[in-house]
Amino acid sequence: MAQTVFAPWDDPNEKPLIQFRNVTKRFGDFTAIDNLSQDIYAREFFALLGPSGCGKTTMMRMLAGFETPTEGQILIAGQDMAGVSPNKRPVNMMFQSYALFPHISVWENIAFGLKREGMEKAKIDARVTEMLRLTRLERFARRKPHQISGGQRQRVALARSLAKAPKLLLLDEPLGALDAKLRQDTQFELMDIQEKTGTTFVIVTHDQEEAMTVASRVAVMDEGQIMQVATPAVIYEQPNSVYVADFIGDVNIIEGAATPQGDGYDIAWAEGQPVLHVKTGKSFAPGQKCFLAIRPEKVGISAEEPTDAANKVQGQIIDIAYLGNLSTYHVQLADGTMMKAQIANTRRLSRRSLTWEDHVWLSWTDTAPVLLES
Amino acid sequence: MRRMTWFNATSLTLGFAFLYLPMVILVIYSFNESKLVTVWAGFSTKWYGELLRNEAFLDAAWVTVQVAVASSTIATVLGTMAAYVLVRAGRFHGRTLFSGMIYAPLVMPEVITGLSLLLLFIGIGLDRGILTIILAHTTFSMCYVSVVVSSRLVGFDRSLEEAALDLGCTPFESFRLVTLPIIAPAVISGWLLAFTLSLDDLVIASFTAGPSATTLPIKIFSAVRLGVSPEINALSTIMIAIVTVGVITASVISKRATLMQQRDEQAAARTA
Ligand SMILES: Nc1ncnc2c1ncn2[C@@H]1O[C@H](COP(=O)(O)OP(=O)(O)OP(=O)(O)O)[C@@H](O)[C@H]1O
Ligand SMILES: [Mg+2]
Repeated sequence: MAQTVFAPWDDPNEKPLIQFRNVTKRFGDFTAIDNLSQDIYAREFFALLGPSGCGKTTMMRMLAGFETPTEGQILIAGQDMAGVSPNKRPVNMMFQSYALFPHISVWENIAFGLKREGMEKAKIDARVTEMLRLTRLERFARRKPHQISGGQRQRVALARSLAKAPKLLLLDEPLGALDAKLRQDTQFELMDIQEKTGTTFVIVTHDQEEAMTVASRVAVMDEGQIMQVATPAVIYEQPNSVYVADFIGDVNIIEGAATPQGDGYDIAWAEGQPVLHVKTGKSFAPGQKCFLAIRPEKVGISAEEPTDAANKVQGQIIDIAYLGNLSTYHVQLADGTMMKAQIANTRRLSRRSLTWEDHVWLSWTDTAPVLLES
Repeated sequence: MRRMTWFNATSLTLGFAFLYLPMVILVIYSFNESKLVTVWAGFSTKWYGELLRNEAFLDAAWVTVQVAVASSTIATVLGTMAAYVLVRAGRFHGRTLFSGMIYAPLVMPEVITGLSLLLLFIGIGLDRGILTIILAHTTFSMCYVSVVVSSRLVGFDRSLEEAALDLGCTPFESFRLVTLPIIAPAVISGWLLAFTLSLDDLVIASFTAGPSATTLPIKIFSAVRLGVSPEINALSTIMIAIVTVGVITASVISKRATLMQQRDEQAAARTA
């Protein structure tokens, strides 16, 4: 069947490449991965996002075969991986610590896996040269790992894991040590490689923008569990919890009580303030505690009271952060709540009219926020 | 640099004199013209020539070299394997006991080691000769190798082996292609240490040597009981030279390896 959008996870006939089935991993009595189930499909670019220590590397290490799940199963291409040693798995991993072999040159490091495969000498030469070109390391081929910079080392590690062109590639923070420009180029290279070779990527990153750029789906993790898995746009626009909303990007969270009203809910959020209205498909009991999450760029700011806004609140500017292309206004509402409004600086020195301690109006539509239970 | 006080200088001189004066005297008298050990009669290298014509000494020297090479090589293989298992196998039942038992022979009185080996060889009916000395020397020098190698393995980044496995190596290939080349300096200095230990061992060798094979230290010891000859001095000088070279090489290699390891670690720390 023809699919225009790449979304194998929505297709019930599609077989997942990787299956985590109720996987738990404990180190002593510490639970690093907690009863996690997740399918990842071939040709996906699957990004793992989460705070330090939430179990991202542990998931990778279980896929590569360096850790065995305490409970549950991991399947790759339908085959149970229990008892399959790392060198027998169709997986290559780029280590967070790079793990370059210190006693051999950059060239030899990249060729290492190819030689193990018993590839012909001429083919190895060609492949290593290609990898060196891709990662712009041609000039450093003869150096030992300790003779190159941190960013260069990271690229060697990337080249070494890419060289074997495995079915499944695990990248543990592959671009952290690169400068912004090189990182962006490498991101596009990775997407390009993925496009050409059809390799499935699982990538760990601390950089949300990177996850948003490269990923087909993003998984947000916390304490050994996956909180939400969705496309970058859905993760950003429709987070399923305050945790996810807060972890990805900037967000204003307003706590309140929901009352059904029209096609949505009225949210009572502060004594003596008019209720906020929000449209949502979810259902809440009358008076149920809820959280309104709204992105700063969806909040308008003006000196005069807006006439046509569905929601508006009054406040005072406490701080202005100028970010070049954007300005973020930190506004304190009447009850002390802080809200952020982000405005694109499309005109030079626009919004000059708004400055510290000004009394302003914040406004947003009734579809801009998402209403969350927790 | 601070200047030394006269007190420090004196202590240093006395200390070193105490350690090395006997050996210096031995070396000097090995070049003595006279047959009488205590009378200086001018410089000569004739005793070194005599030595070369002494069949008994040459035989003993040949046995000693064979024993040293064979036992230090076997000890290096076994000691490296033991160190690898103890550092790598993680926790298993009785690990502490095992590592303790590896190091116990270091402090065991040599007489006891020698005696127990002797009893074992008699018990299993093994004739005493070059083979028994090799076995005995392997036994006691293996733990020295193991100490040297395991101290290097403790600081070894485990993820290197994982990376090798990930790239398609079997566990043995990952040891041969990655671990061994990186810990090679420690293995070599372990071998040199075992070699020199075997070269100058008297006690254990006397328990396990038989009429068919004697080592140099045994030969020297028995010759000296009939009186010290300049020939013995010459022989001892040669042995001092060999041992010195061995020990210095071993320490230089391990020092260089430590420096390299530190450099690699610093390099790694910079990226972290
Ligand atoms: N071998 C181990 N023994 C004990 N605890 C471990 C071990 N490996 C990982 N852990 C613990 O498991 C948790 C998850 O570790 P993991 O390395 O997966 O985190 P991470 O999400 O990759 O973090 P980071 O973003 O900092 O790399 C951490 O709390 C860590 O301390
Ligand atoms: Mg990690």
